[in-house]
Amino acid sequence: MAHTPHISRRELLRGAALVPVAGALAACATPAAPPAASSSAAPVATSAANPFGVDAKKPLEVWIFDGGFGQQYATDIHQPLFKSKYAGIEVKHNSTKEITKVLQPRFAGGNPPEVIDNSGANKMDFGALAQDGQLADLSPLLDAPSWDDPNVKVRDTIDPSVIEIGTYDGKFSVVGYVNYIYGIWYSQKVFKDNGWEIPKTWDAFLALCETIKKSGKMAPFTYAGKHPQYAYEPLLTMAAKIGGKEVLVNIDNLEDGAWKQEAVKTAAENMAEIGAKYLLQGTAGLDHVQTQTAQNKYQVAMLPCGSWLENEQKSTTPEGFDYAMFPIPDITGSDALPYTTLHTAPGEEFMVSAKSAHPQAGMEYLRAMLSKKAAGEFSKLVKTVTVVKGASEGLTISSGVTSASSAVAAAGANTVYYRAFGWYGPLNDEAKAATGELMTGGLTPDAYLERMQKKADEIKNDSSIKKYKR
Amino acid sequence: MLFNRYRRGLFIASFLAAPVILYAIYVISPNIQAFYMAMTDWRGVTATPNFIGLENFQRVLGDSVFWKAVTHNLGLLILLPAITIVIALFFAYLLNLGGSKGVSGIRGSTFYRVVFFFPQVLAVTIVAVLFQQVFRPDGSGMLNGPLMALGIEPVGFLSNSGIAFWSVLGVLVWQAVGFYVVLFSAGLAGIPRDVFEAAQIDGANRFTLFFRITLPLLWDTVQVAWVYLGILAMDAFAIVWVMTLQQGGPDWSTTVMAAEIYRNAFGYFRFGYASALGVVMFLFTVGFAILSLRLSRRERIEY
Repeated sequence: MAHTPHISRRELLRGAALVPVAGALAACATPAAPPAASSSAAPVATSAANPFGVDAKKPLEVWIFDGGFGQQYATDIHQPLFKSKYAGIEVKHNSTKEITKVLQPRFAGGNPPEVIDNSGANKMDFGALAQDGQLADLSPLLDAPSWDDPNVKVRDTIDPSVIEIGTYDGKFSVVGYVNYIYGIWYSQKVFKDNGWEIPKTWDAFLALCETIKKSGKMAPFTYAGKHPQYAYEPLLTMAAKIGGKEVLVNIDNLEDGAWKQEAVKTAAENMAEIGAKYLLQGTAGLDHVQTQTAQNKYQVAMLPCGSWLENEQKSTTPEGFDYAMFPIPDITGSDALPYTTLHTAPGEEFMVSAKSAHPQAGMEYLRAMLSKKAAGEFSKLVKTVTVVKGASEGLTISSGVTSASSAVAAAGANTVYYRAFGWYGPLNDEAKAATGELMTGGLTPDAYLERMQKKADEIKNDSSIKKYKR
Repeated sequence: MLFNRYRRGLFIASFLAAPVILYAIYVISPNIQAFYMAMTDWRGVTATPNFIGLENFQRVLGDSVFWKAVTHNLGLLILLPAITIVIALFFAYLLNLGGSKGVSGIRGSTFYRVVFFFPQVLAVTIVAVLFQQVFRPDGSGMLNGPLMALGIEPVGFLSNSGIAFWSVLGVLVWQAVGFYVVLFSAGLAGIPRDVFEAAQIDGANRFTLFFRITLPLLWDTVQVAWVYLGILAMDAFAIVWVMTLQQGGPDWSTTVMAAEIYRNAFGYFRFGYASALGVVMFLFTVGFAILSLRLSRRERIEY
């Protein structure tokens, strides 16, 4: 936090004394029209080495979300790499845990920083930013030569889902840097010691839950009850496996009756059954760290989560625990998608502000980040898989990451994702509320679908909410 | 003479000017701007919001979550002052007049007075975090730990949507009572002792003493307490936001108006709509203040 610009009380008072009252009155809470852009210098010519026309003297401001991955990767890996090419550019590095609080006033004031790692619980709403034209169009980045090899385009070095998910209104504008891989996580040691097998069908899964419950050694299943998105994640992945990718596309596009599709209903019934029979006591009131710790203490066997889990738990995981994950089992025997199907989604999202002073440098910074060297060292530092293809090749990685990586390889093109909750905050919160109730028995599966459909319709009919399609 | 008065007026005005200007800039002006913002579709990041008239207010009417929040605020508005004042009056009475002779407090009353005040010293967020642990639903919870040791199913104080509201109410009462015990004690100290002694000589029992003497003479203080607690009930934001699951959950069972305003502004980036909710909450609060001062108006007792 040492880099956060800081105003002392004295400076603030001095400033306040200088500001004329009328000016202060006008500039309080409502947005003010931005100051006229300072006459920009003649644009810098683009070249193969400098595809966006970066001005080698204009500074670059970077804001990093200081969360699970910290900020060291930016100062120690990405920025030195960027500086190696642009020694004359001053890189102003900043970090915060509260992106919105520090940066939202900058957007409203018309002088946003160039590069933002817009992540964490207090990130800015991408939908709102897109709606207001604040996201720089990053399509030129995709077509630019990659940092490592001038003959390969950036587009071909990254996971294609990054482009799909980073596109708002037909404009690619958000780069998810980390590949999140979802599944059901367990300890290989526990499964080996007890002779439990990875369930490939839903019946086998329920039988396993029953066995674990009867063994009295631990609870079969838990999820971060305080954050019911951990329960709707497997629910929706299951629905997609049963009914195919269209099930989630319909939900994302707010199609009529999308939540009442048969596949979603079956998935809701299955999750409700787990909720009623196999949860760790108190699950509904525990947060992600508490449930994850319970698993590390061998109090519960299985937990739905994403591939950040291992890094997050590294200080509490006992020796020999050996994290691994398996995909949601086959449900009906005639599912639309195969057993290996996975929910994967790029996360830790970076953007360049369209209205910043030097968006070209911002884009160039992202190009540096997407180099094999930057991504590989990032993976090594924070133990996770990036979206850059082959960047973690040859690195020694942990059991959980290995298991997640091979699951992705097995899934191939059978990966699914959903976007509605990122687009529509109110829908996300309603899904959390309703899924929590579904899991604790407060809502029947039918009532659950009814409620979700009602909220989706409400959003569809609200003219003030911008709609997105995929 | 006249000149002197003018000079004095100037002198006073020079002292008042600074606070009035500061108040105008930092309190009145943002309030007025909120009214304007309520009529725009501002999403917080653009410099030029669109004016959309009263559309946002129309939207408020159909916002089921907000109306749930309103009912919770109204529930708190009735229950929180009532419960807090009854408990605080009871304690204050014991501390000041509960002794065997009826004109002094029970044994150790000075000590209890300090203990009652403890919760008031803690910041609201600390109280909220503290009670998260108290209410924790597994064996590590302060309440559920012993229950589970006895083989009883853990209670979802915060995770059961039927119970969570009452847990929030309990914490608010726990936190408020101490202050009102002290307030009522001060009020009781202001009542001349001889009134109580005279009543006792006339054969009044404790019950009569409380309802015929103490309560009427404390009425002004109770009225103040009612308004303060009412304001607390209209707000209740910090406890709800920090302590409850999903900030107002589970399933919207504990959310309050202020939480929905915050969620719409900083969660959904609907600043215009959040401002409209703010205006509605403003009307509720002003309405409450006027109503409660009107209804509790009474003849002041002089002694």
